[in-house]
Amino acid sequence: MYNFDFVKPLNVADALVALASEEAQALGGGQTLIPTMKQRLASPEKLVSLSGISEMQGVDISGNIVTIGGATTHANVALAGAFEGLTGLAGGIGDPAVRNRGTIGGSLANNDPAACYPAAALATGATIVTNDREIDADDYFQGMFTTALEDVEIITAVRMPIPQVSNYQKFEQPASRFALVGVFVAKYADGVRVAVTGASENGVFRWSEAEGVLSTNFSADAILGMSVDSSEMISDLHGTKEYRANLVRVLTGRAVSSAS
Amino acid sequence: MQNISMTINGKPVSGDVEGRTLLVEFLRNDLHLTGTHVGCDTSQCGACAIHVNGIIVKSCTMFAADADGALVDTIEGQANADGSLNKIQQAFQDHHGLQCGFCTPGMVMAAADLLKNNPTPTEAEVRHHLDGNICRCTGYHNIIKAIMAASGQDVSAIAAE
Ligand SMILES: Cc1cc2nc3c(=O)[nH]c(=O)nc-3n(C[C@H](O)[C@H](O)[C@H](O)COP(=O)(O)OP(=O)(O)OC[C@H]3O[C@@H](n4cnc5c(N)ncnc54)[C@H](O)[C@@H]3O)c2cc1C
Ligand code: FES
Ligand code: FES
Repeated sequence: MYNFDFVKPLNVADALVALASEEAQALGGGQTLIPTMKQRLASPEKLVSLSGISEMQGVDISGNIVTIGGATTHANVALAGAFEGLTGLAGGIGDPAVRNRGTIGGSLANNDPAACYPAAALATGATIVTNDREIDADDYFQGMFTTALEDVEIITAVRMPIPQVSNYQKFEQPASRFALVGVFVAKYADGVRVAVTGASENGVFRWSEAEGVLSTNFSADAILGMSVDSSEMISDLHGTKEYRANLVRVLTGRAVSSAS
Repeated sequence: MQNISMTINGKPVSGDVEGRTLLVEFLRNDLHLTGTHVGCDTSQCGACAIHVNGIIVKSCTMFAADADGALVDTIEGQANADGSLNKIQQAFQDHHGLQCGFCTPGMVMAAADLLKNNPTPTEAEVRHHLDGNICRCTGYHNIIKAIMAASGQDVSAIAAE
């Protein structure tokens, strides 16, 4: 890996100053970025570690909203136990060591097409809070590895409305332990949202047909006969387009049955 | 170069590192604590697992500078004060939980991390906690058995051969 300057600011303001210089990049838990740098697919001249910024740490539940600091680790989100779907998702990412370092901000900024958090953010209609604006999850995800984030913009927090019931079902790709397909179902007083990760060439997406059906009849049987368009699904040695499309339906059913 | 210091296995240490120096490189190359292994260098195998501020991390996927000021525990600090194997290490020996031993430092650190928070785990919990630790020799059963035994549970029914 190429060398770089390492800095660890203690607050967001100092982090932004450090990031303003050319070729500087934010470092969350490094669970994606460090392997990427080892392969020389990223070669920042300065890395700005966000892990020392206390205002970006922790999980706060007030009323129906959970607010998660952008540098909060997956392990700490799982520990906080805000709601079933989120707790299960965070506790199932990678392995214990990955969960102790990887952060929600890093996961959402990276927007890997097989990552888990994008499904939670989209299914809950989360608000992605950055240093200078608030972005609706529906506007935030813009395709594989692409988001609404600008160059010098960091995710300082994520706000999720707490669902009445929710569940995340992940079908693991056994080698990487990422989602081959993952489905997050969240039921609110005003309707159901279903977000799918791992499946589409366009990254995380909402399965709106199922949302409509489940909003009037929240049962796994309601979607049994439905099918998912496979034309833009990912196809690789782990599964064909059709296989993934079918998994979307099956996992959505399981998520509805398991939602609590 | 920047100067960093941390406490490793109870002893204060310091050294000069580059930004890109990985924590495992600092341990192995600078401090000659070679008990922590590098199996994959791609955050898959867990051979490099250590504890930083009391929780398990992969030291090949953390920069040394990010551990400035931290409390670090490695396999070298696991034995009892008199040098004898600790409960987990002894159980690995008793239950044949290793063959070549390459994965063992990471396995022992992962087991210690689990048992600290969950002193009597189920077999399924042990397996789940070892998700990030790969062993190419043992087939895992005896590792699971050793960790269950270290937790004081009856292991006669596990992977009985
Ligand atoms: C073995 C293994 C298994 C894994 N399994 C899974 C899995 O099952 N599911 C899953 O979802 N993920 C999985 N991951 C990925 C893991 O969750 C990563 O932690 C995550 O994708 C990136 O988060 P990070 O904090 O490590 O970010 P980093 O690697 O530090 O950064 C990733 C990117 O985000 C940017 N960034 C970091 N923080 C912020 C911020 N606050 N604001 C703006 N930009 C930021 C960085 O500049 C970089 O571009 C796995 C990783 C490994 C190594
Ligand atoms: S060497 Fe660190 S995980 Fe394999
Ligand atoms: S004992 Fe050889 S890798 Fe585990």
